[in-house]
Amino acid sequence: MALLTPVTDEDGAPFWEYTARGELRIQACAAPDCGELRFPPRPCCPHCQSFDSEWRLMSGRGRIWSYVLPHPPLLPDYAELAPYNAVLVELADAPRIRLAGNVVAAPDAPLNSVDPARLRIGAAVKVAFTEIDGVAVPRWLLERG
Amino acid sequence: MLKDATAIVGIGQTPFAKQLPESEKTLACRAILAALDDAGIAPSEVDAFASYTMEETDEVEVAKAIGAGDVTFFSKVGYGGGGSCATVGHLAAAVASGQATVGVAWRSRKRGSGPRPWKNTAVQLPTPGQWTRPFGLLRPADEIGMLARRYMHEYGATRDHLFNVALACRNRANQNPAAMMYERPLTREMYMTSRWISEPLCLFDNCLETDGALACVIVSAERARDCRQKPVYVHSVAQGLPAQHHGMVNYWNDDPLSGPAWTAARHLWKQADFGPEDIDVAQIYDAFTPLIPLSLEGYGFCGRGEGAAFTEGGALEIGGRLPLNTGGGGLSEAYVHGFNLINEGVKQLRGVSTAQVPDAATCLVTAGEGVPTSAILLRS
Repeated sequence: MALLTPVTDEDGAPFWEYTARGELRIQACAAPDCGELRFPPRPCCPHCQSFDSEWRLMSGRGRIWSYVLPHPPLLPDYAELAPYNAVLVELADAPRIRLAGNVVAAPDAPLNSVDPARLRIGAAVKVAFTEIDGVAVPRWLLERG
Repeated sequence: MLKDATAIVGIGQTPFAKQLPESEKTLACRAILAALDDAGIAPSEVDAFASYTMEETDEVEVAKAIGAGDVTFFSKVGYGGGGSCATVGHLAAAVASGQATVGVAWRSRKRGSGPRPWKNTAVQLPTPGQWTRPFGLLRPADEIGMLARRYMHEYGATRDHLFNVALACRNRANQNPAAMMYERPLTREMYMTSRWISEPLCLFDNCLETDGALACVIVSAERARDCRQKPVYVHSVAQGLPAQHHGMVNYWNDDPLSGPAWTAARHLWKQADFGPEDIDVAQIYDAFTPLIPLSLEGYGFCGRGEGAAFTEGGALEIGGRLPLNTGGGGLSEAYVHGFNLINEGVKQLRGVSTAQVPDAATCLVTAGEGVPTSAILLRS
């Protein structure tokens, strides 16, 4: 199985360096009077135009904002898993920051390991990480209860 | 002022099919020469070209092939299907400001027989794809499906609303002998039992895959009076790239359900002598059915969250509140990145559409929604 791995750029690289350590961090403005989070990463702050940034640790909790269930035609390695889910998670720490991802039964489980009937908008999820071709990729687990 | 300073005086197209034997360059030349012939203007008079990205025939090749004269204006608008109407806008600005006199906009594409662009992962993976592609959001249908499900959740929109859109387009295509879906009716049962592409979107929520080309010719309003065809005036034009927008996956601004249409619409109406209530017929970009309710809201035909309900009661059919995509649109006539919507708008205002709205005098044409977009208001 060869899912796509992120081809990153200078702005996005820190995100993936932190995931390799098991941390979900989001870029934030480091100017003293600003501190706004921003995603996707970029060189300067859209609120105050500062070029100083830091990467703030997130709790890893969020809610499903929306989701789709892709069916073929798809790239071959995704077609094998279809229908799988792709979700957009809004972070509990920053609801306007939304991350694309997948809800899985366990961190290393395949993209189709959760019954789609269990997915709903608003469902609470928690981040986990799995390694694909040397890259630590975030996955999402449904929270109990 | 750009308002009514220029007019579309010629339109041309090739046949539409899943597979055409000729090259994109040949198809482009055929469409452009047909449009010039329609206008009664010699190719040697063309001095301006406009196209939009993902167009692989460039102005150098086209100008040389058709025998254009010296070209003094050319532009290529970004973001694929979002650029269709902007080509008309750029040429209108060029002609109105004296940079050129005869402008040609075109689209030639072999999408029916060619490769799917999303399969090229080398192109798709770098920024912004690093945030979506690895998670299996591979195709535009997946990206728009995400917005569609959220929209359905927030506003009670249903698959029946999306069917209303697919049906209106198919019904118009059934009247249009040039459409790929001519004489191929759609029923609710066919829609509801069709295969999924990306749930909640099924086969009939997706546009066609088409080989074909189209073109149109733009001149000054003064020159237009001497052309063969009744002029169709470019009344207002706008592009839209909203604050904090991001590619097609507009998931990271404050409100992903108010897309680029909202930005384009604000400028479009500000420049116009009339408003949404005065539009006789609309050609709204329909790569996917959910783009219609989202665009109906963005362009002000109804309030926020009311786009799905707007489609009820035959509103989008001939005789309805807002006849939509009267050639069949991207869903049922041809998917040529929205250029067929421009030419169909011209046909309506000439009074020669195969699904003619009686006395149509105003038409909104829009480009791809979700991506940085553009729109034009046409009037007779």
